[in-house]
Amino acid sequence: MNLSADLKYTNDHEWIKVDGDVATIGVTDFAQRELGDIVYVEIETVGETLDKEEVFGTIEAVKTVSDLFMPVSGEVMEFNEALESNPETVNDDAFGAGWMIKVKMSDTSELDELLNAEAYEALIS
Amino acid sequence: MKQTALSQKHIDLGAKMVEFAGYAMPVQYSGVNEEHEIVRNGVGVFDVSHMGEFMLRGTGALDLIQKISSNDAEKLFDGKAQYACIPNETGGIIDDFLTYRISKDEYLLVVNASNIEKDWNWLVKNNTFDCEMENISDQTSLLAVQGPKAAEAIQDLTDIDLDLMPYYTHQTCTFAGIENVLVSTTGYTGSGGFEIYFPNESANQIWEAIFNSGKNCGIKPIGLAARDTLRLEMGFCLYGNDIDDNTSPLEAGLGWVTKFTKQFTNANNLLAEKENGIKNRLVGFELLDRGIPRHGYAIIDVNGKEIGKVTSGTMGPSVQKAIGLGYVPHSLSAIGTEILIQVRNKQLKAKVVKLPFYKAN
Repeated sequence: MNLSADLKYTNDHEWIKVDGDVATIGVTDFAQRELGDIVYVEIETVGETLDKEEVFGTIEAVKTVSDLFMPVSGEVMEFNEALESNPETVNDDAFGAGWMIKVKMSDTSELDELLNAEAYEALIS
Repeated sequence: MKQTALSQKHIDLGAKMVEFAGYAMPVQYSGVNEEHEIVRNGVGVFDVSHMGEFMLRGTGALDLIQKISSNDAEKLFDGKAQYACIPNETGGIIDDFLTYRISKDEYLLVVNASNIEKDWNWLVKNNTFDCEMENISDQTSLLAVQGPKAAEAIQDLTDIDLDLMPYYTHQTCTFAGIENVLVSTTGYTGSGGFEIYFPNESANQIWEAIFNSGKNCGIKPIGLAARDTLRLEMGFCLYGNDIDDNTSPLEAGLGWVTKFTKQFTNANNLLAEKENGIKNRLVGFELLDRGIPRHGYAIIDVNGKEIGKVTSGTMGPSVQKAIGLGYVPHSLSAIGTEILIQVRNKQLKAKVVKLPFYKAN
């Protein structure tokens, strides 16, 4: 698997793309493969300010339900509404069109605690 | 963990493996939705060798079956199969199972993998009929070839005319060059097909033959995850989820295989339950709000009172709806009744619907 060096990663198998103080967040390709066919993504925290590690939503595969955790603290600005009607996009393009939320970060120094591509690769191999 | 004769085959084919009932089983190959549709529209093969098989022989065999089975095995004839449950003495269900009549004095019982030991002990305990019993589970492999193209896919492997076999019948034949293979028109998917029983040592040969023969039909291996979505779309009970030692056969909707034409374990109490009216009923429901019901979620009435639990739930790949089974009070079990499902912090609207969820064209 080719993990982008431009992204940060978490132990919960999420990826974070940073643009200024805005973080775009999704789950990794490894996560979608482990979960299997994604049938529902529920995110109802848009507008809320959440701490790092708090649950911002839920992802449901045919057999399982998993919580989605904030990799950094901040305000959830936007939810990828395309996932409401096409949750399988997470399976098809986890690192691209399958993104989940955009967050206005309240403390960018938290990014230093996240995994780089090399560390995440080690986690999943 | 126990292996089936084909566990390594599944690993080689790239299946995701899980432990199920103590066995290393394939849960998924290409993806549950895709596998589900292959069975609904084409043909797929499940390794269900973890299931238990008991041979019952002798003049007491039928007497033993009649005592432990909810159904009337007297109605069986040679080559006929029958679905039933094994009631316990306290109103619940020990297992659900199949009885195949081979001959008047020889029967094959097929039970759930997780209950093999429990069922065996129960049969031993009830065998006051001098029935000769043999547990052949560990030596027996079972493949379920399921889907509308199942007969076409495997017809070349046997001389029996598969298309002419009525539902829930079986024949012993030479299959893929192996003698004494039992082929039955059973399965738990609602898409038709066959179940094929044979000794472990023939497993690789039969597996290869089925996939070669079915190539032109697009035959594919299917995992247990799709088996679960397929059976749930049909409203079929899964032991351990929808039925267990504490659920009534009548409340579970198994009245159609609970025949009071003969005596069997707990028959008098079950008859009284039937005559007095059941308290709860297993119903099918679909969600009207967005979300997915799961085993263990609470069912709520429109006044906010908890009235039962979800026993199975999923997003049905063929019906494209969030569907589930669960127990509700009999008074709230009518088709169309509005109920709520507690999904995490929300109560989602749902309604009771007629089973099966999926109807073949």
